[in-house]
Amino acid sequence: MNAKALHFRSITELAPLVAARQITSEALTEGCLAEIAGKSEALHAFITVTGDEAIERARALDRELAAGHSRGPLHGIPISLKDLIDMRGVPTTAASRVRQGHVASKDAPVTARLFEAGAVVVGKTNLHEFAFGTTSDDSAYGAVHNPHDPARSPGGSSGGSAVSIVTGMSVASIGTDTGGSIRIPSAACGTVGLKPTWGEVPCDGVVPLSESLDHVGPLARNVADAWLLYLILRGDRSAALWPLPARSGVKGLRLGVPRPYFLDIVDDEVRQRFAEALAWLRHAGAETVDVVIPHAAEIATVYLHTSLPEASAYHATMIEQHPELYTPNVRLRIEMGRYLLAEDYVRAQRGRDVLRAEVDTALAGCDALVLPTVPIPAPLIGANSVEIAGKKEPVRNMMLRLTQLFNLTGHPAISVPMAQTSTGLPCGLQLVGRRHATEALLGVAAACEPHLTV
Amino acid sequence: MTLDRWLECACADADRRGLPDLKPLLNTLAQATQVLRSADWNDVAGAVRQQTDDRRTGGGGRPPQGAAQ
Repeated sequence: MNAKALHFRSITELAPLVAARQITSEALTEGCLAEIAGKSEALHAFITVTGDEAIERARALDRELAAGHSRGPLHGIPISLKDLIDMRGVPTTAASRVRQGHVASKDAPVTARLFEAGAVVVGKTNLHEFAFGTTSDDSAYGAVHNPHDPARSPGGSSGGSAVSIVTGMSVASIGTDTGGSIRIPSAACGTVGLKPTWGEVPCDGVVPLSESLDHVGPLARNVADAWLLYLILRGDRSAALWPLPARSGVKGLRLGVPRPYFLDIVDDEVRQRFAEALAWLRHAGAETVDVVIPHAAEIATVYLHTSLPEASAYHATMIEQHPELYTPNVRLRIEMGRYLLAEDYVRAQRGRDVLRAEVDTALAGCDALVLPTVPIPAPLIGANSVEIAGKKEPVRNMMLRLTQLFNLTGHPAISVPMAQTSTGLPCGLQLVGRRHATEALLGVAAACEPHLTV
Repeated sequence: MTLDRWLECACADADRRGLPDLKPLLNTLAQATQVLRSADWNDVAGAVRQQTDDRRTGGGGRPPQGAAQ
């Protein structure tokens, strides 16, 4: 069998082949490592490649299978980890010179769960420094490039993770999401990205950005793969729960479309792709209804007054000691948070409660909310602004505009690829589910997935 | 502290610390803070109360009356 073609396949396709020993984990891992060797330097996708350990582990997992022991569908599958997540004996750089010399003394709980389930980790992926940005431009290891157009950003902060999947450097990846950092690169690169309900997946052993907004979740080639990784990350390896129970299609699904604010500032092509996706879903039997988040205009300020002080609290000592080690933009954002007043942080938390209740209300009569993931296609690397309808908008504001709400409220959200722009840039459709109902959201996403790229 | 006074102090401190590039960001932050302080949920003193544990588990919050119509 052609290993090069195989490592571009999904876990769903590969798991039965590995289990039946028609393909070895070693061959899959070698395929991914060859892609890394050929492409990662140009794209800056990886910070650390754990090639020798990966091959050794893949061989051990192949021997386990030969002896009749399978760990489940992730057995022998090569994946990557965002370099914010601890893996014992390997540096966790957070893409920063501040962390130079750090080596993790133990696996993060999520890493341990992946290993227990049979994953092979091929390396740690590049990101926006300390996950404090949405473009993966600011990294001590170089800006990450989008494989669809290397002049463009892959989104961020989990940019290297998304790139690793698209280019065959790994079959799936684990990222983090504080304002959209799994969903944004998924939209920009054309992968599936899931932010579970807040608190479902442990963040211990993961360098924090903003503790009350941080989530760990999977980036994958399809919804079924994301579902499997989500189960493993939350500590549930029951084989009975995977593959995803089949829905009977989208017929009868009720999807809420939050138009005011969310569709006010959207690139023309993204707007067109979104309209087409809704039309295809309706044609397949889904119903769409308009919903409103009354305080949507305050989302950005509530997010800012929550994320900045929480990030600054974590960095206060380090930035006092070594300010010169941060990239300039990240340093300024951390410094900005140090000036925020406690009374404004409290106001933001009150606003957060209001927004959470409003999203709950919007979801009350719907199976999910549906909106674009990012209102613009991947921006050019280094761009500070982008033009929409003749008006310049800050790139950072645009990248976060449609995702950050669900970090504030804790609702699960997933980005699934929809059709591309006329120049071949991916666009993402975001589905948002009820809190503590991530599985139901995955069911909705799996039902919608085949209808989004007709 | 009024926002004007806060901005004045913050910019002066940024200058003192040799961080003039921070001042445009502080101006942007002041505008965002103005939006935050003008939000109607601040008018209903004590209306939003939620157990810390509830928030930490992603639990439901109670909006102030009239805020979540």
